[in-house]
Amino acid sequence: MIELQNVAYSYGGGELFSDLSLSLPPGSFHFLTGPSGAGKTTLLKLCYAELKPTAGRVEIFGEDVRGMSRDRVALARRRIGVVHQDCQFLDHLPLAENVALPLTVSGRSDAGTDLEDLLAWVGLSRQANQLPPELSGGERQRAALARAVISSPEIVLADEPTGNIDWDMSQRLLALLVELNRMGKSVLVATHDLQLIRAAKAQVQARVLRLKGRQLVTAGADL
Amino acid sequence: MQEVWRAASLLGGDPQADRAVPPSGFTARLTTFTAAAMAFLAVFALALSLATGRLADRWSEELARSSTLRISAPAGQMDAQIGAALEVLRTTPGIAEARPLPPEETRALLEPWFGPDLPVETLPIPQLIAITEEAGGYDATGLRARLQAEVPGAVLDDHTRWREPLVDAATWLRLLGLVALALILASTAAMITLAAQAALAANEQVIRVLRLVGAQDTYIARAFVRRFTLRALGGAVAGAALAALGIAALPSGEAAGGFLTGLGFRGPGWLWPLVVPPFAAVVAFIATRAAALRTLRAQS
Ligand SMILES: Nc1ncnc2c1ncn2[C@@H]1O[C@H](COP(=O)(O)OP(=O)(O)O)[C@@H](O)[C@H]1O
Ligand SMILES: [Mg+2]
Repeated sequence: MIELQNVAYSYGGGELFSDLSLSLPPGSFHFLTGPSGAGKTTLLKLCYAELKPTAGRVEIFGEDVRGMSRDRVALARRRIGVVHQDCQFLDHLPLAENVALPLTVSGRSDAGTDLEDLLAWVGLSRQANQLPPELSGGERQRAALARAVISSPEIVLADEPTGNIDWDMSQRLLALLVELNRMGKSVLVATHDLQLIRAAKAQVQARVLRLKGRQLVTAGADL
Repeated sequence: MQEVWRAASLLGGDPQADRAVPPSGFTARLTTFTAAAMAFLAVFALALSLATGRLADRWSEELARSSTLRISAPAGQMDAQIGAALEVLRTTPGIAEARPLPPEETRALLEPWFGPDLPVETLPIPQLIAITEEAGGYDATGLRARLQAEVPGAVLDDHTRWREPLVDAATWLRLLGLVALALILASTAAMITLAAQAALAANEQVIRVLRLVGAQDTYIARAFVRRFTLRALGGAVAGAALAALGIAALPSGEAAGGFLTGLGFRGPGWLWPLVVPPFAAVVAFIATRAAALRTLRAQS
């Protein structure tokens, strides 16, 4: 579904990584780890065509991102749910409308009960009418996950989704990701939360990839 | 047809797209105000163009339809020359009627200068023959040549000498009015482009979020396009209405000299102020859409 072949990326200085390859087949579950600044967020941005590789090839749903028009990129993003590290909400719209935004912009704003169920599941029913700036970091992150999955995407990319939430909520969030994966969706979670990775391994067959020395290596059973 | 439909869907369509962009009070009011001012000016420029156009038409029409033959001759030859002139005129193609001015009318013409008691019959003043032309007019040069041969005392005045500068001036004024209209149109487009670009820049974060969740450029553009089109329309309605009221309040009648009082609209001409607001809306639509799509495409 998403393929990176011999990819390099540089923001203008040195290359963050070079000759990196990664494949996210349907139904896979991956963790992406690495120290802060290693390029996890950058790698995820390559996966949803926010960035284009400086070398190598990125394919999203079989299409080379270099040849994709802005409209094609938009259509591809409707099939990819992304939990951004910095959440990215529309601050003037209430939480419920923010969560439903992927449906709204694709003309499918008939969510109704789905939206309520989803908000209940991430524990934000009470906050549905609040504006994003009024929410805590953890609440914003749960809302970001709800928004990422509301349009039942085929792939879920989550960038440090548990960065701001307590262990209990992290577990629930992980459970939702595992459930989505069981429904056949591919999941890629960037995190440095090793506890979360261990908890996940008990529930799902997950591959753990580590960004290290400009390369992606498969982490062993040492976790 | 498909374009029209797409334009309509950009405008109407999804009020949700509108909500995605936060309302912006101050720039919104500026846009509305400028659209109102431009519509006001446009209605005046239209009124000016239409009035000068009417004036040019009237002058060229009225004056072109009539000319004067002036015969100066010694008293004894006068009747003979008048007869000869009438004969020449009668046989000239394009002349509908030739009528020697009777003494009363000559007196009326001279009265402002010489008073009512002028004994025109006894004075050696020239005899005037009023000529009415047919629609196609006549060949003035040919007529002059014939008159010179047969009626040496006759001078033909076909009014072109003093008609032309008037008609030229009126035509020129009409042209200036149209240029002013074009400038108003271009300024409106420029102003709305600037306002739209300011709005797009101010909403960079909104645009980024919409892109991230899979919105296409036309969806994002729609929010801005709809908003600016409606603002321009609202402003232009107010401006055009005020201008129309102002023009309607002009004193009517020929008293003040015809041109000034003729500045307003006539009959169906009153429809022109109605055309201005939709036109402003179309200009706003095109300008905003172009600005939005250009800005969005520049981001990739
Ligand atoms: N927009 C940017 N421009 C320049 N450098 C950037 C930009 N974004 C990230 N970087 C740099 O790239 C490196 C990797 O960043 P990031 O992908 O966010 O790492 P991680 O998510 O693993 O912490 C960092 O050194 C960061 O400073
Ligand atoms: Mg990061």
